[in-house]
Amino acid sequence: MIVRIMGEGQVQISAEDIAVLNELDNELEAAIEVGDEPVFRTKLHALLDKVRQVGKALPDDSLEPSELILPPADASIEEVREMLGDQGLIPG
Amino acid sequence: MSVMKRLSMIFKSKANKALDKMEDPRETLDYSYQRQLELLQKVRRGVADVATSRKRVELQITGLEKTAQRYEDQGRKALSVGREDLAREALQRRSNLQAQMADLKVQHDNLQAEEEKLTTASQRLQAKVDAFRTKKETIKATYTAAEAQTRINEAFSGISEEMGDVGLAIQRAEDKTAQMQARAGAIDELLASGALDDFTGTRGDDIQAELDRMGGGMDVELELARMKAELGQGPAPRSAIEQGQQQAQPQPQQHGQSNTQQLRQPGEGA
Repeated sequence: MIVRIMGEGQVQISAEDIAVLNELDNELEAAIEVGDEPVFRTKLHALLDKVRQVGKALPDDSLEPSELILPPADASIEEVREMLGDQGLIPG
Repeated sequence: MSVMKRLSMIFKSKANKALDKMEDPRETLDYSYQRQLELLQKVRRGVADVATSRKRVELQITGLEKTAQRYEDQGRKALSVGREDLAREALQRRSNLQAQMADLKVQHDNLQAEEEKLTTASQRLQAKVDAFRTKKETIKATYTAAEAQTRINEAFSGISEEMGDVGLAIQRAEDKTAQMQARAGAIDELLASGALDDFTGTRGDDIQAELDRMGGGMDVELELARMKAELGQGPAPRSAIEQGQQQAQPQPQQHGQSNTQQLRQPGEGA
C-alpha cells in the first residue's frame, strides 16, 4: 500500500503494518475532534514516525496514486481541520 | 482509516473532477502537463521568495548585533568615566535588543526550514513532471479509449496528488513569508528610526551624546597627561588640566590661530 506524507513524498508499506497505523490514526482523529493541540501534535508525530519507520520511500519520478494521505508534520490542528473540510486547502 | 482515508478521498475527488472536465483524455493529459509546468514555475518563485526573506532577516540580525555591540562599548566607556547610571541604561538597551535578536533567529530558522522543504518539493515535482511527460506521449501515441483509460487515470491521479501536495506547501510557505515580511518591515522601520528598543520614541543615541559631552574634557585631560609624560615634564600642572576641561568654552585666542601665527615666517601677510 502506498502512503503519502504531505511535503515529504510517498512510501510503500506492507499490509501487516496497517493495523498499527489504524490505531494511531483513530487516536489522531479523537484529538482533532476534542481540539487538543498538544495531544494532536503527539499523535500526528507518532503516526508519521511509524510510517517512516516501516515504509520504503518511492522514487521521485514514480507516478503512483496514494491510497492513504497524511498531513505534514508541522501542520496545525486548525490546518488539518480545514484540509478535511469540504473546501480543503488543496489547490485545484 | 479516518484522517488518512478522508484526506486521500479529497485528493482523489479533485483528480476525478479534473479528469471529468475533458471528453478526450488526451486533451486532459496535455492540459495537465501545462498546469504542471506552471506549478513548477510557481514553486521556483516560491523558493526564491523565501530565500529573499531569509536573507533580509539575516541582514537585520547583523544590524542588531552591531547596535548591541555599540551599546556594550558605550556601557564600558560610561563605567570608565564613573557614570554607572549611563552604563546601566546602555546595558538595558542591549538586553532589549538581544531579545529581538533571539526572536529574529527563530524566524530565520523557520524560513530556512521552509526553503529546504520547498527545494526538495521542487526537485520531486520536476522528476514527476518529466515522468508524466514521457508517459503522456506514450499513451497518446498508442491511444485507444478502452486500453488507455486506466493508465491515464493512474498517471493523472499520481501527478495530480503531487501537484496538490506541492501546491499546499507553496501556499503555506507564502503565508509564513508574508507574515515574516510584515514583521521584517516593522523592524526595518524601527531600526531606521532608532527607536527599536525604546518604543516611547526616545532616540537611542542620547547615551552617546552624553558620553561625547563628557568625553571631550576627559579625552583632552588624558592626552595632555600622556604628552607630558612623553616629554618628561612629570605630572601636568593643575592649570593646564583646567584649561583642557574648558575646551568647549570660547577662548580669546583660538588654539588653531596661535599655531598658524607660530608657523608664519617673517614678512608673510596675514
